[in-house]
Amino acid sequence: MNRLAWINATLAGALLAIPLGALVLDEPFVITLATKVAVLALAGVGLNLALGYGGLVSFGHAAFFGIGGYASGILASSALAYTPIFTWPVEVAGTTQMLIIWPVAMIAAALAALLIGALSLRTSGIFFIMITLAFGQMFFFFAISWPAYGGEDGLPIYVRSGFPGLNTLDPIQFFAICYVLLMTAIFLVWRLTGSRFGLALQAARQNRQRLSAVGVRPFGVLLVAFAISGAITGLAGALFADLNRFVSPSMLSWHISGEILIFVILGGVGRLFGPLAGAGLFILLEHNLGGVSDYWQLFLGALLLGVVLFARGGLIGVLARDGRG
Amino acid sequence: MADPVLSLSGLSRSFGALKATDDVSLALMPGEIHALIGPNGAGKSTLINLITGELQPSAGAIRFLGRDIAALDVAGRARAGLARTFQVSSVVADFTVLQNVMLAVQGASGGTFRFFRSALSDDTLTGPAHGHIAAAGLTDRGEVPAAQLSHGERRKLEVAMALALQPRAFLLDEPMAGMGAEGAADLGALLRPLAATAPILLVEHDMDAVFALSDRISVLVAGRIIATGGVDDIRNDPEVRRVYLGEDA
Repeated sequence: MNRLAWINATLAGALLAIPLGALVLDEPFVITLATKVAVLALAGVGLNLALGYGGLVSFGHAAFFGIGGYASGILASSALAYTPIFTWPVEVAGTTQMLIIWPVAMIAAALAALLIGALSLRTSGIFFIMITLAFGQMFFFFAISWPAYGGEDGLPIYVRSGFPGLNTLDPIQFFAICYVLLMTAIFLVWRLTGSRFGLALQAARQNRQRLSAVGVRPFGVLLVAFAISGAITGLAGALFADLNRFVSPSMLSWHISGEILIFVILGGVGRLFGPLAGAGLFILLEHNLGGVSDYWQLFLGALLLGVVLFARGGLIGVLARDGRG
Repeated sequence: MADPVLSLSGLSRSFGALKATDDVSLALMPGEIHALIGPNGAGKSTLINLITGELQPSAGAIRFLGRDIAALDVAGRARAGLARTFQVSSVVADFTVLQNVMLAVQGASGGTFRFFRSALSDDTLTGPAHGHIAAAGLTDRGEVPAAQLSHGERRKLEVAMALALQPRAFLLDEPMAGMGAEGAADLGALLRPLAATAPILLVEHDMDAVFALSDRISVLVAGRIIATGGVDDIRNDPEVRRVYLGEDA
């Protein structure tokens, strides 16, 4: 195994070992922190596909995160209240079954990504960043002003949704679900980036003119990648809602878009395990420095500045020392 | 006489008051190497961009294999069989030579929307790609990142990618730019047999190369074609000598 493979294996192993250790030492809070890392890393894996491989700097991924969260929240709260979500043209009831909630969250987020992507992919550079930000904020203000599902107050999910054969309220079992989903997503992104589609996607990032000249329209490739990216981040949003048993418009705010970007940049843009490294570091800092000083984000800012100026490959790039940017 | 593969009729394009392309008509016949020469600023690049679809003409028509291609975009024209190389090498820098050529094979054969199977172990991509790499004289350079290629090798990679499109016509935009006499001769030897598979429209600055390689030459000056003919006709054309060759004759 080369150095990079060791680093990736270590990250995956550490994320598994820490909550298992916490289980033995009876520290459920640590398990919850690890679960949070897994879920946020999953959101980052989604963004990394668009940003790291497709070169799309999306400042609106909170929209997909929040849509996934609301999909989960609306389905679960309707089921718990025994009221159908809508009755026309057919009656659709809610559900607390994760196996139904996840695909709904992913499809809803992918559809939103198709819509946002179809409009914003006609631009590039700073305009793309601004348009995705604007779309994200539209969803945010819509959620705030839509009273049916709690508006500004958000929407509680009184009982965490269920998974066949597991007790999802047990922290370690819920962690296991999130961990398996994260690793599956990383595996699928790995396969994707090595596939024919991945070849075209990475060519679209580096040289759109060249991709067109060999007969492939960059727009379609980037749009599909953006939709898959949104779906993965949407799945993370659904898990995040279940983790907190609460959904609120704050999941849709631009702060979340920024944080997901930070995970990817800290960990290493276009690195398979970059989002895990980034989200892990972020939560470590938030948890440890947050206790020392309310201004912990000052340190985060300095760190981010350091990474952007001196270590473009992020944490993974620094550790792997393989010369990739 | 056979039908032209590519024909331009009355093609014009203005940028404001500047007529970069002015009523250009040109036919690319099967099997020929047709050179397009002209001084700097004559509008050669504009003409190439009109043919590839990067620019839209203000007037006139482009017919390719007998049909009007006005409605096709850049990717559509490439898939229809118009392969171009770029004046300034345009390859995917982080990709290896093999990946670059695989991308072109994939573009021509379709099937971009496959998400799981490894492209590098897909024989339907790598097989033809290795063949085109060898045909372009880059054997054994397949694993080298494009960014590390020499200037001449990058020109050859462009040719390999054009070959991979299995085109019905080549548009080569100054393929010998910056290559030196030996490199140019090398590339010329590569291009000559290509014309038998698909005709070549060759935009080139290097006069020796043009006279050595071409079957016919069109001379573009200030957006207009002032002469079209065989090598000797063009050499001896008084108008061409005056406005163009005169500079170094």
